[in-house]
Amino acid sequence: MEQPNLNYIKSMSDGDKSFENKLISIIKEEYPQEKIVYQKNINSNNYKATAEIVHKLKHKISILGLVKGYNVATDFENNLKDDNILLKEEFEAVLDQITKYLTKL
Amino acid sequence: MNCIIIDDEATARLIISNFCEKVNSINVLEEFPNAIQAIKYLNQNDVDLIFLDIHMPDFTGFDFIQTLKNPPKIILTTSDSKFAIEAFEYECIVDYLVKPITQERFNKAIQKTQNIQAVIEKKGAETNNEEVKDLYVNIDRRLIKINIPSIYLIEAKGDYIYVKTEDQNYTVHSTLKKIEDKLSGDLFLKVHRSYIINLKKIIDIEDNSVLIKKDVVPVSRSNRPELMKRLNLL
Repeated sequence: MEQPNLNYIKSMSDGDKSFENKLISIIKEEYPQEKIVYQKNINSNNYKATAEIVHKLKHKISILGLVKGYNVATDFENNLKDDNILLKEEFEAVLDQITKYLTKL
Repeated sequence: MNCIIIDDEATARLIISNFCEKVNSINVLEEFPNAIQAIKYLNQNDVDLIFLDIHMPDFTGFDFIQTLKNPPKIILTTSDSKFAIEAFEYECIVDYLVKPITQERFNKAIQKTQNIQAVIEKKGAETNNEEVKDLYVNIDRRLIKINIPSIYLIEAKGDYIYVKTEDQNYTVHSTLKKIEDKLSGDLFLKVHRSYIINLKKIIDIEDNSVLIKKDVVPVSRSNRPELMKRLNLL
């Protein structure tokens, strides 16, 4: 199973630790808020709004190097636009994986 | 280039701003989390380039572009490649960056923007040159319009200059230097301290004189090399 990583962040920081820390700090601040919005929207069956927040979460999934997770998010976002929640569990597993990873950072 | 960044994600704004910092020619003026704030800013400030996220709540990037009367260059940033075709329907959109953006791809987008800007500036300069076809001269308190390409000879005489055109001659209270500054250097050349000629109207050149229409104009020794250089000699 693929693991979240900081490869992308390190590739653009050119070794600038202060930039890395700043970016990680912003992700750690934004990500839980976006996850709450996701949970609120999916629980209220507002799939259009859920698709919007999944789209936003996709960027963080890609920043943290989860290629398969990104594909799951893309498919889930498209499904939601058709009121289909088939990939909900897979997507939420990706979210949980990121939550755990960010806690350790 | 002065730019602004519009993206509802703070993470994305930081990443783009970090890329910008590494490019000398880019100066980030402001960052906005939504398009509405950016519109207010753009009402009072000029920018050369906007990094614009398409996917924003309430007001999308495309909605935003449609509110701009004279949009600057725009580089779209998005997690979706599916808007690419729609994006290129807008003349102001110069590139389309799919997140996560790499520095290499970012640099290409900047290079592309600068190339487009250079072409536009060159075209603008050419248009401006083409537009200056008329010269207004003050004769007896009237401003008379003279079509510049029709001028074939200008001769200085004391405090006056004689401007000879295809249709008419004019006596104007001015100096050769003043009129020389108003004429295109491609078309006109000062061949003598008292004469400026239109190179396209030359009939022939003999020793140190030029025949223009029926006028024989002296060419000074110091100006002759420049005249010869400007001719399409066989």
